[in-house]
Amino acid sequence: MQALSVSSRGFMRATRQFVAKAPASAPCATSRRLSASCMLRLSPASNLAAAARRSFASSPPPGNEDSHDDFKPQRSSPPADLDGAIKMIAEQVKKHQIMLYMKGTPARPQCGFSAQAVRILHASGVDFDSVNVLDYPMIREGVKKYSEWPTVPQLFVGGEFVGGCDIMTSLFQSGELAQILEESAKKQQKEGESAP
Amino acid sequence: MEEFDMSATPHIITPAQIQSKLTEALQAVFVEAKDMSDGCGAKFEILTVSPTFEGKSLLQRHRAVNAALAKELEHIHAITLKCLTPTQWDETKKCQPDT
Repeated sequence: MQALSVSSRGFMRATRQFVAKAPASAPCATSRRLSASCMLRLSPASNLAAAARRSFASSPPPGNEDSHDDFKPQRSSPPADLDGAIKMIAEQVKKHQIMLYMKGTPARPQCGFSAQAVRILHASGVDFDSVNVLDYPMIREGVKKYSEWPTVPQLFVGGEFVGGCDIMTSLFQSGELAQILEESAKKQQKEGESAP
Repeated sequence: MEEFDMSATPHIITPAQIQSKLTEALQAVFVEAKDMSDGCGAKFEILTVSPTFEGKSLLQRHRAVNAALAKELEHIHAITLKCLTPTQWDETKKCQPDT
């Protein structure tokens, strides 16, 4: 699990460890979007508190220090340099079918263009992953180099750069975005079926 | 209101600069660059009409504009682009009630 994925995943992984014995009604639903807002509601804005929570969650529960590595939260540290960032981005866009690099989070965008990009994806009815480039300066520079595009937000579908806010808006209005998303969903389904 | 002498601050991008750059680089027949940052040269809305956009996807058109403004983009914080072919532009003009 990468620290850079939608922050909700980290929270979900962390809660899984100590809600295993708790009743089935965990606070967060499996939907990424609900989890994202859940995470924001419960977490204060300060990075300090978030970091403290993360370190608590990343150490095995007491009495469980010898739990297998597979069950420990996997964390990759944010990239230290531009090449590392570009490599990470290449993996991210391959791994996540719909990937939005934006300022802020879907539940709390910090830029008008990013907010519009999120609204368009919500209106298109798709689940998507996002990275808040404001938290990771190397990713912010790296994604611009990777796509040869000077601004953020940036939408990747099926590993390919689709465009920024303006292009997304045009494509959405013309219906082309729906086609792109549908084709990528079909492709993903086919790959899921052929995988063992 | 007196004209601010832009030559005193060469690092601020002006709409005129953008317009001339795009006209030259993309043989644009019409370029309208609006400074949305109240004269700070930080945020622009740019409409480019060029026959070179014919047959190109949105992404390719935007990339062409980005390439033409590569130097200026180092100083601009945000841009909104509209890239049309002359035919498309004529069609949008038809829709406007006043013109």
